[in-house]
Amino acid sequence: MSTPAATAGDDRVRTRSATATFFGMPAVGALIGAIALAVLFMAVAPAFRSVDNIGTILYSSSTIGIMAVFVALLMIGGEFDLSTGVAVTTAGLAAAHSAWWFNFNVWVGVLISLLLALAIGAFNGWLLHITKLPSFLVTLGTYFVFWGANLAVTRIVTGGVSSNAINDMAGFNSAHAVFASEFSIGPIDIKIPIVYWILLTLAVSFLLLRTKYGNWILASGGDSAAARAVGVPVVATKIALFMGTGFAAWLLGMHTLFEYNTLQSGTGPGYEFIYIIAAVIGGCLLTGGYGSIVGGSIGALIYGMAVLGINYAGWDVDWLRTFLGVMLIAAVLINMYVKRKADA
Amino acid sequence: MSTAIDHKVSGDVVPVLELDQVGKSYGNVHALRGVNISVKPGEVTCVLGDNGAGKSTLIKIIAGLHQHTEGVVRMDGEAINFSSPREAQSKGIATVYQDLALAPLMSVWRNFFLGNEMKKGFSLDIPQMKRIAGEELQKMGIVIPDLDRPVGALSGGQRQCIAIARAIYFGARVVILDEPTAALGVKQSGVVLKYVTKMRDSGLGVIFITHNPHHAYLVGNHFVILKLGRLVLDAHRDEISLDQLTAEMAGGQELAELSHELRGSEPAGSEDAAAADAVQEEIDHSLFRPDAADGK
Repeated sequence: MSTPAATAGDDRVRTRSATATFFGMPAVGALIGAIALAVLFMAVAPAFRSVDNIGTILYSSSTIGIMAVFVALLMIGGEFDLSTGVAVTTAGLAAAHSAWWFNFNVWVGVLISLLLALAIGAFNGWLLHITKLPSFLVTLGTYFVFWGANLAVTRIVTGGVSSNAINDMAGFNSAHAVFASEFSIGPIDIKIPIVYWILLTLAVSFLLLRTKYGNWILASGGDSAAARAVGVPVVATKIALFMGTGFAAWLLGMHTLFEYNTLQSGTGPGYEFIYIIAAVIGGCLLTGGYGSIVGGSIGALIYGMAVLGINYAGWDVDWLRTFLGVMLIAAVLINMYVKRKADA
Repeated sequence: MSTAIDHKVSGDVVPVLELDQVGKSYGNVHALRGVNISVKPGEVTCVLGDNGAGKSTLIKIIAGLHQHTEGVVRMDGEAINFSSPREAQSKGIATVYQDLALAPLMSVWRNFFLGNEMKKGFSLDIPQMKRIAGEELQKMGIVIPDLDRPVGALSGGQRQCIAIARAIYFGARVVILDEPTAALGVKQSGVVLKYVTKMRDSGLGVIFITHNPHHAYLVGNHFVILKLGRLVLDAHRDEISLDQLTAEMAGGQELAELSHELRGSEPAGSEDAAAADAVQEEIDHSLFRPDAADGK
């Protein structure tokens, strides 16, 4: 009985065909959606076909995509963050106000902002851990806390609703070059966030699929009790994931600040749902443990194409949100269908 | 009832894990009191007990998920108190939970190496991990051609084997199996029991938690029964028969009475309804008012 008789194998579990494996990838639904959308807008909007506009579409996508990458990672880790939209503004304002108030070099403000953004993320994760509440509730709380703080602190510092311009301060030019420069490749204007977006998509995708931390994230989201039982530090993993969304909020906040020199304190609310929509279109399950970073970025691309496509087609932009809602539901249905096909 | 606490020493084998008067209380609830168990390498120690007997608490203490509040746990003669499952694992204690601790949406190889990933440079060594996972599973007699399959798509027995194979591969010295056969069919239970003996023969100390005395007796060297958080039986295989074990497990005398009554309730052909009702009443009576039944 020491050696099992010739292992015949279990013929009930068969190898999947290459097509089934392809359709089993979480990002496939989003990819199909993105191609369909591109074809649709190319047919109805002549400006969409122009090569010059690729840069504009990608830029619009990147301002969603940088955050969507980390929101997708967080959702794969089984958590949810509603405070992301407001956190972008909080990060930008923190840099603008601290630099202006103390007359620092703007880089000091940038650093303070980074620490604050990471601290907000860590605080969300920690609060989640000690209260054991759903992350939906905890981050809904921090969302309102920071929304109010953005308005109130800006009123105290400047007496109005926008931060003071910082483009005459020391360090502005170098910070502008890092966070808000642009260059051209042939006829296409590339703004720097596009580069960050693509690099982050690749780096975070690598982290998820090719490192042990990725394995821990998948397990923490898929079954946190199981992950803990085999020794995965689930709490630390989740806190790190929230700090990831904090980092993305900082990067986007810095871009917005140095692009426009000044920030409106009331902006931000509403965007958190667009990041989540991008991640869900990209194949992330709300229950965690499954999803794709590339998918989240394709979701952001769908948003970018929709914003400009509707514009170029001459339709009323008021329809944008309706359109996003339809895309969300369609994407979820396609993902469900595709997943069932792949599992069968 | 034999409550012999002194162990039958089987040869000169030194226990790898020893529990000495171990207890655990949650506030004023004593979930476990005065438990003595010694796990020897190359032996299967079966822990039997009904639901709520304290089996889960016992496992959680050994696995490092909970800390005991009384007594001493010794490993290789040294007192230990694990603060986390990771620490217990690093000492060579592997636990295969009833729910298997597998993430259903993750692939077979990712689950196999979860918490013990292999690296090559910055990246995971995926081909190597797949190869090892495939080989280890093959040793256990299951072949999964597509290791990228999510674990949730496999059968209960296959999942059990993944969890056991993982525990063995990662150098466990003591393996705790939490009701491995509870959710399985007859044939799959047989497969799992076969691996229990295989683990025993390769020199591992196996703690086999079950409420099925038949499964326990097939593979066990040593039997302990827990009831309401206390040890009520501690016997080596040569001290007890399967019938005795079953009887002890079910509560001895109580089972005898119950089986007598149940036999009486079997309708014997033209038995009339009134007689059946009377039997039913008697069962209800003795089940729900045990003291009254004893008084007869």
